[in-house]
Amino acid sequence: MMRLALVGEYLTFAWETFKANKIRVFLTTLSVLIGVAAIIFIFSIIQSINKYVTTEFADIGSTTVYVSKFPWVITGNYWELRNRPPVTIREYHALERSVEYARWISPSIESTKPVKYRNKTLEDVFIIGTNEQYPETNNVGTETGRWFTHSEVKSARHVCIIGYKVKEELFGAQNPLGKRIKIDEIPYKVIGVLEKKGDFFGFNLDSRVIVPYTTVKGYASRRRGITIALKVANIADLDNLKSEIRGVLRKVRKLSPREPDNFAINQQDMLTDFYKKITGTSFMVILFIAAISLVVGGIGVMNIMLVSVTERTREIGIRKAVGATRGQIMAHFLTESVVICLIGGVIGLILGIASAQIPIRLMGLPQGINLLTALVGFSFAVLVGIVSGWYPAYKASRLNPIEALRYE
Amino acid sequence: MKNNTLIHLEDVHKIYQLGSVQVHALRGVDLAVQQGEYVSIMGPSGSGKSTLMNIIGCLDVPTRGRYTLNGTDVSTMDDDDLARIRNKEIGFVFQTFNLLPRATALHNVELPLIYAGVSSAKRKELAREALAKVGLADRMMHRPNELSGGQRQRVAIARALVNNPSIILADEPTGNLDTKTGAEIMEIFDTLHAQGNTIVLVTHEEFIARHAQRIVHLLDGKIERVETLDKSVGEPSP
Repeated sequence: MMRLALVGEYLTFAWETFKANKIRVFLTTLSVLIGVAAIIFIFSIIQSINKYVTTEFADIGSTTVYVSKFPWVITGNYWELRNRPPVTIREYHALERSVEYARWISPSIESTKPVKYRNKTLEDVFIIGTNEQYPETNNVGTETGRWFTHSEVKSARHVCIIGYKVKEELFGAQNPLGKRIKIDEIPYKVIGVLEKKGDFFGFNLDSRVIVPYTTVKGYASRRRGITIALKVANIADLDNLKSEIRGVLRKVRKLSPREPDNFAINQQDMLTDFYKKITGTSFMVILFIAAISLVVGGIGVMNIMLVSVTERTREIGIRKAVGATRGQIMAHFLTESVVICLIGGVIGLILGIASAQIPIRLMGLPQGINLLTALVGFSFAVLVGIVSGWYPAYKASRLNPIEALRYE
Repeated sequence: MKNNTLIHLEDVHKIYQLGSVQVHALRGVDLAVQQGEYVSIMGPSGSGKSTLMNIIGCLDVPTRGRYTLNGTDVSTMDDDDLARIRNKEIGFVFQTFNLLPRATALHNVELPLIYAGVSSAKRKELAREALAKVGLADRMMHRPNELSGGQRQRVAIARALVNNPSIILADEPTGNLDTKTGAEIMEIFDTLHAQGNTIVLVTHEEFIARHAQRIVHLLDGKIERVETLDKSVGEPSP
């Protein structure tokens, strides 16, 4: 139907409108441009936030599971969860002894204590008591110094690895290695500094101190207990590991076959799923609001196209007289509206991406722009062109050639 | 009906509905035009000659009756089929020229070929030939507003010729031109006829109509009489 010979004619037809009505076409293009820019602006930011979150979640590691009293995403009866027994050090030892699929396993006893160095005090520092396998299970490493050894854990040596922020605030430019700090008035020797991590949802990951769990057994929360991280070497073993953990813990806790698990096995994908669930709808709503401006632009395009059809009535008559079919007349006007929208779309895409840089930079988000962004911009522009051009084009195609030729 | 009959109208009626009023524009027209004939349709305004021209030109279909063009019954065709027939079989020349104002003479002449899907190179070649035929080889890149009335009508004639149609259909082609220019345009039609083209000319002026071999006089939607002029070319038929 649409032969190549005609494409040039369709474009020429559109070009003639543009040449003859520069301001009108400019304003119409502008209305589409603003709509596309608004959508791309929002879309770019959403992409950046999503990328940020997935990168952060990736740190948790998809090959690690975390055993704790509460699941990360609470959906069931809170009271049932609350009445569960806490996860204990004893259970950690049980898992350590019997679980075969875990390549690495580490407990973590978490608490918040003041940390002192000479006359400086940092309140509310996050203290983690763990073992020598923590760097593997939790994807962290030291920037300087070293991690504590198995024997240091076993013999409950008072050694610690401090977070980047703790180092900055207590030691400044001084080398902290070998110095003694006091956690809750108990002295610990600094043997390492953690890699800088930054913020995770406003929670500073650098304001922490890591010590052998054997030195802080008393810090374990009575209510929640501890968390046990177990990591497989191969992701294919993950399901086996989970059933192994269930078996061991159910046995330790003497659960009858009819009782449900009274502990949680958490995984990274729970967080990503949860994130998608809570943000998915709201992102769609925001995009929808931005899309309203594009709808307004589309109405502008339709309006202008109706004017264009009226102005070119006689021309339509001429074209029909020399043999243009309805489809060909439609194609003329659809090309015109799609070209207007594509020009607006491309400029809007560029402006949208550019303006999104301001909030992205300010919030320190990663770049989320990809081919999808461009595709979204283009398809919205083309869609608006077709939808808003359709009725005017249809109207033009149905004109009676005799009446059209008589039109003054 | 002879085998070389190009236009064949049988009892053609056209009724327009204007609000609650029915206008009977054509009341049973029978007409046959042979290949290579030159026929004028004359009549006062309101006689139905425009309606007849629209039907012959496939811009409209009869309400009743049959119209066979070049062996094809076009009286029941839909819009798109009529458009294709117009594109292939008919070349229009209008009183008001009806050229695309923003397009060059060459582009105007190319127009029927564009819709026929002819390639760009071939199109340009054919359009140049047609413009040369009407003596406008040196005006090809001019736009209508840069051309005189006579030149515009020549462009329109070139456009009518370019797709090598069965009929050239001219509706008051000299109506907007002065006498001298009008005479020049009529010369072109005479030449085209001499070259074997079939021409149907609609006019209300006797001296223009006299260029044809036959004059069909229309009155009140009917053929009043057919006047055969002694030109000894072609073969008139009722």
